[in-house]
Amino acid sequence: MEFKRFAFIALIIIVLIGVVVVVGKSEVAPSVIIVSMIATTISVATPLTLGALTGVFCERAGVVNIGIEGMMLASAFFGWFAAIYMNTILEMGALPSLIVGVIAAVVTGGLLGLLHAVLSVTFKVDQIIGGTVINLMAVGISGFLNRQLFFEKQSIFGGQVPHAPGVLPRIHIPFLADIPVVGTIFDQQPITIAAILLVFITHYVLFYTRWGLRTRSVGEHPLAADTVGINVYWMRYMNVIIGGLIAGLAGAYFTLESVPSFEPLMTNGRGFIALAAMIFGNWSPFGSWAAALVFGAAQALQINLQFFRELIPPQWAFLQSSAVVGMVPYVLTMLIMTGIIGKTRAPAADGTPYEK
Amino acid sequence: MTNVLEVKGITKHFPGVLANDHVDFDLKKGEIHALLGENGAGKTTLMNILYGLYKPDSGEIFKNGEPVVLNSPKDAIAIGIGMVHQHFMLIPVFTVTENIMLGDESIKNGVLDRRGVSAKVLELSQKYGLEIDPEVHVEDIPVGVQQRVEIVKTLYRRAEILILDEPTAVLTPQEVDDLFRIMRELTSQGVSIIFITHKLKEVLAIADRITVMRAGQVVGTVTPNETDEPHLAAMMVGREVILNVEKEPAKPTEEILTVNDLHVLDQRGLEAVRGVSFSVRAGEILGIAGVQGNGQPELVESLTGLRQSMSGHVTLMGNDVTNRPPRPIIEIGMSHIPEDRQRHGLVLSYPIADNLVLCTYYLPPFGVKFVIQNKAIDEYARKLITDFDIRTPSPYMPTSNLSGGNQQKVIVARELSRSVRLLIANQPTRGLDVGSIEYIHKQIVSMRDKGVAVLLISAELDEIMSLADRIAVMYQGKIVDVLDADKTTKSELGLKMAGAGVSVTP
Repeated sequence: MEFKRFAFIALIIIVLIGVVVVVGKSEVAPSVIIVSMIATTISVATPLTLGALTGVFCERAGVVNIGIEGMMLASAFFGWFAAIYMNTILEMGALPSLIVGVIAAVVTGGLLGLLHAVLSVTFKVDQIIGGTVINLMAVGISGFLNRQLFFEKQSIFGGQVPHAPGVLPRIHIPFLADIPVVGTIFDQQPITIAAILLVFITHYVLFYTRWGLRTRSVGEHPLAADTVGINVYWMRYMNVIIGGLIAGLAGAYFTLESVPSFEPLMTNGRGFIALAAMIFGNWSPFGSWAAALVFGAAQALQINLQFFRELIPPQWAFLQSSAVVGMVPYVLTMLIMTGIIGKTRAPAADGTPYEK
Repeated sequence: MTNVLEVKGITKHFPGVLANDHVDFDLKKGEIHALLGENGAGKTTLMNILYGLYKPDSGEIFKNGEPVVLNSPKDAIAIGIGMVHQHFMLIPVFTVTENIMLGDESIKNGVLDRRGVSAKVLELSQKYGLEIDPEVHVEDIPVGVQQRVEIVKTLYRRAEILILDEPTAVLTPQEVDDLFRIMRELTSQGVSIIFITHKLKEVLAIADRITVMRAGQVVGTVTPNETDEPHLAAMMVGREVILNVEKEPAKPTEEILTVNDLHVLDQRGLEAVRGVSFSVRAGEILGIAGVQGNGQPELVESLTGLRQSMSGHVTLMGNDVTNRPPRPIIEIGMSHIPEDRQRHGLVLSYPIADNLVLCTYYLPPFGVKFVIQNKAIDEYARKLITDFDIRTPSPYMPTSNLSGGNQQKVIVARELSRSVRLLIANQPTRGLDVGSIEYIHKQIVSMRDKGVAVLLISAELDEIMSLADRIAVMYQGKIVDVLDADKTTKSELGLKMAGAGVSVTP
């Protein structure tokens, strides 16, 4: 069953890469295209991977989190604002500013996680509504502050968007990144590398530690956990906050690692796709990562096809439209969510507030 | 002998209810002390206080003579109290080992020490004769084994005092025997057990002392050799209870339900009912006896329209109802008391009144031209609540607020107050106390005397023996024999249920 799921994921990724290879092979060697596609896939999958891990922590503890999108957006904004503030007002220099920015983003995510926990664990607000509140609030606050801080004459930046400190530099992984051709895949930026490490860490934490066992117990049968002395509320609070911290890191990816700018609504539904990846990945870290890579590959297809625009044969003219190719991740989401391959199984108490 | 546990003057109020009223109770080392009472008598409240889940309004608890304060289950576990709840506190997707260590995990090299715990579980299970496999997932093991896991879970936490809350409610007769063997093994090794139940036979069979509770108060404490069933029942209910069903010999007339060579598949696609034929006549009760898992649920689901059969015929009063949906079968004249009242019998979140008209709401006088007639439903519900003695402050309480016995009465009221010709009663008294059982048995017999054909399925041999006129024994999906109830014995039935003298071809 799980094998089938991973095989299906591998198949989609191969097909997506294959499309680019077929289109571009007359100009660029297939090996180069494949390596470039894989490298791009891993990088653009980062916010999805992190978003899905956010979902894994929250939902394994029994709290549905559809506010991942909003957590990412707000963190992207505050991370970016902190980095610019450090860079232009305090003149800390580019790299320290970026690091402070990442910390600010992570803290923002953590605070929104705390808010979600207060709403859903303490006040037992419907968790879908709680998440929606966070999404709407993030859009409002980031849009409003963006205008006030950067486009108002009286603001600290004097009405001009100041110079951004750039993006986080690539980390050259010794040996791996030196391999000819394939090495490019390992030449990634820090948040991307952190995301991959977090996949392994989350798996370890969930399935091999006391924390993980207790987390899963409060997500499956909180009353049973309570009767053996586990503090259900505390476990849920902490896991939702941990999820928020990870969503904050995903937010940092948008403005500090991917591009050095902020635009309103720039997360563009990635938080929801991350949620889909988590479900498709059956609430497991590796499954979620694999599913995130599928969506990453669909985005990589869009990015890489632009280079070969003129080479697209006329009968495939629809691929020239970036709007059509841009739809692929969303169409894939819908197809995958219909449950084409097998049933997934949510934690039994997912979305149910615990009443003593 | 010393008291390992003693409570004095425990009082606990809930809004509108005095659940425990100055309760005194003590437990000696190595004894099985049964706590007997009807549903709602306050047994479970008292035990939840002992387990730290509720705080008493007043009263004291002593462990080995020392006063203790229990603020949470953690405190109770710390002083050696272990509880096996009526609804198991196990996580289905976890393995046995994971369930046992949860909350008291052992860590080795920074990782959960699954192997170490699983070895300890095996050791405990061997020491006390509780056979379990530590590596399997809880969802894959039968209820009886899950209960053993719960017991090992408390022993793993070094419990010396075990509280078993209605432990036999979910077990088959064989599993009950097994549990009793385990309980004796545990007490012989120094564990003390509080055994909560409302089943008279069981306390007489296993308990060293019996304390009876009624309406929040202790009525008295007796030993099994100075009491008997009628005496205990009277203590529990507060009046004389007729334990044996009084009924005239059956006067069966025409055939109402005829089943011919029925084959039904179960959930997994295996043949659960393998060629069953029988008939039930008006004015008689046909009991189906059999150990659980011999095709009874599939047979009932197929007869009531809830499951498609593979082949064969079902005829109800001359109408072919094979594989028809439930509504036409109900309209022809069938009543069904389902096995699982919460899953199939009631919409728990609905008010009682709505549940009482669940199969007639669309018919006049309750439904007229698409519009529900609330006044008619109200009158009808109030009448049934009075007639069937459903204990509720209002017909508009959510049914989930009722006790199990009262929920069952809602179903019985709904199913028995329609004019039907066939009643299918599947485990009609499971989990109920003597008062309710007496009541439901009377109702079933009076239906029979009114000329209704009754098909009774029950795992309780006593119930089948005392209610049924004829008994069909089901074994491995087939009816192996049909016996006259007054010409057979319990041991003969038991043997047939176990498949003795039957050669079943696969």
